[in-house]
Amino acid sequence: MNYDAILSDRIKNVQPSGIRKFFDILEEMKDAISLGIGEPDFVTPWHIRDAGIYSLEKGFTKYTSNAGMAELRREIASYLERRFQLKYDFANQIIVTVGGSEAIDLALRCMVNPGDEVIVPVPSFVCYGPLANMAGGVPVYVETKAENEFRLTPEELRAAITPRTKVLVLPFPNNPTGGVMGREDLEAIAEVLRGTDIMVISDEIYAELTYGQHHVSLANIPDMYERTIVVNGFSKSHAMTGWRMGYLCGPAPLIQQMLKLHQFGIMSAPTTSQYAAIEAMRNGDADIEKMRDEYDGRRRYLVEGLRRIGLPCFEPKGAFYVFPDIRGTGLSSEEFCERFLMEEKVAVIAGNAFGPGGEGFVRCCYATSMKDIAEALTRMDNFLTNLKKKQAREQG
Amino acid sequence: MDTKLLRLLENDCTLTREQLASMADMTVEEVNAAIKEYEEKKIVLGYKAIVDWDRTDRESVTALIEVKVTPQRGEGFDRVAERIYQYDEVESVYLMSGAFDLTVIISGRTLREVAEFVGQRLATLEDVTGTATHFILKKYKEKHLIFEKREEQERELIFT
Repeated sequence: MNYDAILSDRIKNVQPSGIRKFFDILEEMKDAISLGIGEPDFVTPWHIRDAGIYSLEKGFTKYTSNAGMAELRREIASYLERRFQLKYDFANQIIVTVGGSEAIDLALRCMVNPGDEVIVPVPSFVCYGPLANMAGGVPVYVETKAENEFRLTPEELRAAITPRTKVLVLPFPNNPTGGVMGREDLEAIAEVLRGTDIMVISDEIYAELTYGQHHVSLANIPDMYERTIVVNGFSKSHAMTGWRMGYLCGPAPLIQQMLKLHQFGIMSAPTTSQYAAIEAMRNGDADIEKMRDEYDGRRRYLVEGLRRIGLPCFEPKGAFYVFPDIRGTGLSSEEFCERFLMEEKVAVIAGNAFGPGGEGFVRCCYATSMKDIAEALTRMDNFLTNLKKKQAREQG
Repeated sequence: MDTKLLRLLENDCTLTREQLASMADMTVEEVNAAIKEYEEKKIVLGYKAIVDWDRTDRESVTALIEVKVTPQRGEGFDRVAERIYQYDEVESVYLMSGAFDLTVIISGRTLREVAEFVGQRLATLEDVTGTATHFILKKYKEKHLIFEKREEQERELIFT
């Protein structure tokens, strides 16, 4: 069989992630410290796990309604209003999805026609471009800048807009940079969008993990509600990555169309996870605060540590990543990461894995123990000192 | 009073002063001064390790004893509590509401050692009117730490 001829052009055009090779090396290395994995190191709080287990004991193992249990959608609506002042009708504006990833896929596939352009600020999580491609769209990457703390500026957005622009992806708080967009930043973006028909997919999966400032959704900004699809989920806020629980909210006429695709592609999100998610929404706010507090302490320590050993980094105010600038070492992001892993056995992720704007930076995730962060910093210090010596010898 | 530093210390007192400073958003000097003050004011009483003696070959027995006492005029339960907590064998003493007055936690090398302490020292105090001794059979969790070695899910190398 000529499988190459069988595969769709769209999937063939999706580039495999270059990070796999790096992960293969890391997998072989038993005693490596990893600041590479982007998920909470906490186990899901027990009362949430218990709610999932209890639902199994009761035998709640059947499908739920396609959009997700009404009870869960009611809780999500109440949560979004309580915590972010966002109002959505549980009956026709919310779909419970298999993680935030499905929500992004649904939103793109239901809005993008062949040739439509999807503006994706980079560096950012790697799924937007490939999913836009699969929807027949054309990703248009906009490089955010370190000097702007990796926020999307109105000028950058304006320059990227063409008559074919259909969707803007707004991935803030941002993976991998930790950048956030505050109310004023969003107001400026809104000013560019007013009067256009551009829709926004606002990926707010890290909304609960902001430090020193409260998350603001684009949907909070005047005139933006009707053009915003809010994507969120339980993975980062409640340490529930493996439960695969996300949701999307937006204008009812769009959400109802997206429900058709979700219904045929997924049927309904996992029932056990939905029961756990109800408990998370009802009684999980204290867990969020506790975990955020813990991340915040590690964040400060890692940022200060990196600066102390000579790697500049802006203060990340969201998610659980620090994105230090390694251009001063003279190495590319990939060289830096490979050599750091081989010489000191610490894994951090090359910034260019997150799109063009990430070259010259590396992503360090602080969702790991203080002990590991402290050890990683010591080894980073060694690495940089040795690197300087070697470079001096080569030159001298 | 900002309790951030105290909460960090309560959770892990092995953090270095530099780590504490970063995490609490303070300078190292401020952390040093605050800790000194906590210690002087007895807000921080001390720093101890939680040891699982069952993993060693050292024998250790712990008992929780419910104690009923006659309160003293003018001093309530304090005087008798003090007479109890002075003993080295006594790990903890708490004044309780409800069916009895004091909870006394005692550890010793053997069951006999603990039983003798209760029979000869504790029960014979003149203000003590009754005791009920419960031996601890297994410790599951103490100060948020779990004794059992638990299986952890291996973290997959997923690119997120």
